[in-house]
Amino acid sequence: MRSIGKKLYLACCFLFLYAPIAVLIVFSFNESKNRATFTGFTLKWYASLFQNELIMRSLFNTLIVAAAASIIATVLGTIAALGISGMRKRMRSAVMNITYLPVINPEIITGISMMLLFVFIKEIFHLELGFVTVLIAHITFCLPYVILNVLPKLRQMDVSLYEAALDLGCTPVSAFIKVVLPQIMPGIASGFLMSFTFSLDDFIITYFTSGSSFQTLPVTIYSMTRMKVNPQINALSTLMFVAVLVLLLLMNVRKKPKGVHA
Amino acid sequence: MKQRAVCLILCLVVFLTALPMPAAAAEEQVLYVYNWGEYISDGSDGSIDVIAEFEATHPGVRVDYQTYATNEEMYAKIVSGSAEYDVLIPSDYMVGKLIEEDRLAPLNFENIENYRYIDESFRGLEYDPENKYSVPYTWGTVGIIYNKTKVTEPVESWDILWDANYAGQILMFNNPRDAFGIALKNLGYSQNTTDPEQLAEATEVLKEQKWIVQAYVMDEIFPKMTNGEAALAPYYAGDAITMIEDNPDLAFAVPKEGTNRFVDAMVIPKTSKNKELAEEFINFMLNPEIAAANISYIGYSTPMTAARELLDDELKDNPISYPDESILEKCDTFVNLDEETNDYMQNAWIEVLAFGENDVGAIVCLIVETSAIIALAVFLIIKKRKNR
Amino acid sequence: MKGKRSMALPYVVWSIAFVVIPLLLVVYFAFTDKNGAFTFDNLSKIVHYLPIFAKSINLALIATIISFLIGYPLAYCIARSRTHVQRNLILLVMLPMWMNFLLRTYGWMTLLENEGIINKLLGMIGLGPFEMINTQGAVVLGMVYNYLPFMVLPLYSILVKIDRSVIEAAQDLGANRFQVLCKVLFPLSMPGIVSGVTMVFVPSVSTFIISRMLGGGGNMLIGDLIETQFLGGSYNPYLGSALSLVLMVVMLLIMTVMNAFDEDDMEGMLV
Repeated sequence: MRSIGKKLYLACCFLFLYAPIAVLIVFSFNESKNRATFTGFTLKWYASLFQNELIMRSLFNTLIVAAAASIIATVLGTIAALGISGMRKRMRSAVMNITYLPVINPEIITGISMMLLFVFIKEIFHLELGFVTVLIAHITFCLPYVILNVLPKLRQMDVSLYEAALDLGCTPVSAFIKVVLPQIMPGIASGFLMSFTFSLDDFIITYFTSGSSFQTLPVTIYSMTRMKVNPQINALSTLMFVAVLVLLLLMNVRKKPKGVHA
Repeated sequence: MKQRAVCLILCLVVFLTALPMPAAAAEEQVLYVYNWGEYISDGSDGSIDVIAEFEATHPGVRVDYQTYATNEEMYAKIVSGSAEYDVLIPSDYMVGKLIEEDRLAPLNFENIENYRYIDESFRGLEYDPENKYSVPYTWGTVGIIYNKTKVTEPVESWDILWDANYAGQILMFNNPRDAFGIALKNLGYSQNTTDPEQLAEATEVLKEQKWIVQAYVMDEIFPKMTNGEAALAPYYAGDAITMIEDNPDLAFAVPKEGTNRFVDAMVIPKTSKNKELAEEFINFMLNPEIAAANISYIGYSTPMTAARELLDDELKDNPISYPDESILEKCDTFVNLDEETNDYMQNAWIEVLAFGENDVGAIVCLIVETSAIIALAVFLIIKKRKNR
Repeated sequence: MKGKRSMALPYVVWSIAFVVIPLLLVVYFAFTDKNGAFTFDNLSKIVHYLPIFAKSINLALIATIISFLIGYPLAYCIARSRTHVQRNLILLVMLPMWMNFLLRTYGWMTLLENEGIINKLLGMIGLGPFEMINTQGAVVLGMVYNYLPFMVLPLYSILVKIDRSVIEAAQDLGANRFQVLCKVLFPLSMPGIVSGVTMVFVPSVSTFIISRMLGGGGNMLIGDLIETQFLGGSYNPYLGSALSLVLMVVMLLIMTVMNAFDEDDMEGMLV
């Protein structure tokens, strides 16, 4: 009895989580533009989606920024975490407070504060708002996640291993690469993953820092939702959902023994 | 697992980066155009794609076309310095404001030879009396779009937007100038008034209206009206034509109190780095054939008789886009108001949107909640102390 | 290995340039008028907008409580499932998060409209139509929907670590279900509750998309108000900065209170 109740509850929760997604997917195949009545099956919105230069360009921009920002943030953040772990307590807590700022600050405030900065320094550095500013903004909000993922791994690490490597004649650099890096790799990897997904998905901060010349996919989606119904949005959602699903399945299948996956 | 995921994502990124960059040629010139949403023929439903035509006739040029929902939004983007564009298409009063604040570049009409097609009556308008900065794009009136299946009485007056019988069925403009224009007209005042008392009265009227308004919208109006979500909405005549095409149950009326007659004009901001190309773009838009094709998609009225001649008969003499003299007589155009009035209107509009009847309730609620949370915190702390 | 302190230098410089200085600029703008002179006007105007602050916090609080009420049992159910089922369920909770929240919110518009799917379904069994979209309820729903995973994930990661034997021990000692919940589960999962509540509350208070898409423009929240001052209809970055400053201070105060909850209970934790 209890188990049925539990299953029912889970089902309700997942119905809630997936209802709007299901609606978007179903209506991506809708013949008519009307977003409430289903008139017939079509794939034309998918075809027109790929011809929509704006969407394709924004998708490209989004991926470039996400890749660049997460890679730079991972490198910079990992080095910073190494430095922070060597700090004395008072200094460390000061740096950590700054690190937490972008995490706990509402995104809109991070967004407007950076916009103010970029407009302020525009004249000095001849830096138009665009790719560079979006990249800087994304690196900034990704950095804390890398640091917060790497630091605990550094704390768990056995220091004597590194020292042993040095004693055995390793240079500090090769000792770092051969001994330290493998141990903190899981932290770096999850930091990178988080950065990549956050950067891919970010709307608010990009909205304030992108200026006129550089639009990412979320910004484009926002302007599309404010206009006439464009079922290309639904097609786009469906493709994004399928892409994520496939990615997750791939990751999952590899973990499982053969024959389990469907 | 995570390393695998990283590998996968990296592969994906490399793969996507290797795809040919969308037309990112080295010599590419980019023209930034900032226009109202749903305000250009974009190639959907078999129309021509104006931007693509322009790019086709100008090799090596890419148009970065972006849209805004209101004049005020466009203004914020320009003034904040966060974005720079080459061509803007604001309305009359906003053109006046930009000229007054010295934000526009004077046009070189040698590059805009198609200007000759612009009708005499659209030259030297109030917002740009010397014709130095702007070229008209389209014009039109504001009226009420209504659903004939839901509104059976004749729509004659702005008053119907305050009729409680249609509570929850009314959409309203989501920008201060248009909303105040309607409220002022309905009160019998000038829509360009600077009298604080009249404005205060209009604010009250708009606040009263709030409880029967379903939503405050700009271009979101299209699906809402064509799907029958709402019964009545004030909006621009050109868009009314588009909506009526999609849903024949809809109709358009200009109220007897008169209305706003707007002219939207193409201008080049001072910050443009590509002024000549921007002028070429404006010139291209004035080509009667292009203008006619554009107009037949967006439905607005053209200031060029040469373009109007090329339209389908249905659109050429459509009373919605080209109303009788008797209606036009009752219309006037927004002018740029002084700063004080603008500020007043903006603040009052936020009040209309943000405040409701239960504001005091909200504050009381907040105080109760805060005290409850503090009490809970204190209780927990005391309990912990005792346990220790 | 203890890294050299200097390795953090690039990061510290970066953070000062792109985190600290921008926030100082917000403070600067909050105390400046159009002509660049020092003023208190912007901040004193805030009093006028108090109801908007109150409304935003109220709605966000309601959304947080609902998320907690839905999320806690959900996280508990998942944490008590078999291990491989757990993995899949957690992935199912996370999956929607990878789809852009604008798209998902857009999906809700289709569902909630007067002529939307829910009303059509209800109409078939003779109910409605109900006015759902463009209400405060819809805004709260949007918040709960978008941020529910942020509540479930930290709760799950804490609950899954709680040993079943602890609960059994409590039951053996005569605790009823309610007592188990209040005296064992809640205190043990306090860190998860705190981070879940924070992760739902902060973005809910400051949202401007959800209120705009589901609230129909007439339900302006503090996020909307700030956005309109910068890129929206009424350009006034000075007032916008003042509003942001106050919002930031309010959030910091709330964080401090939340952390008090957490640390206090951490000390009392069994583990």
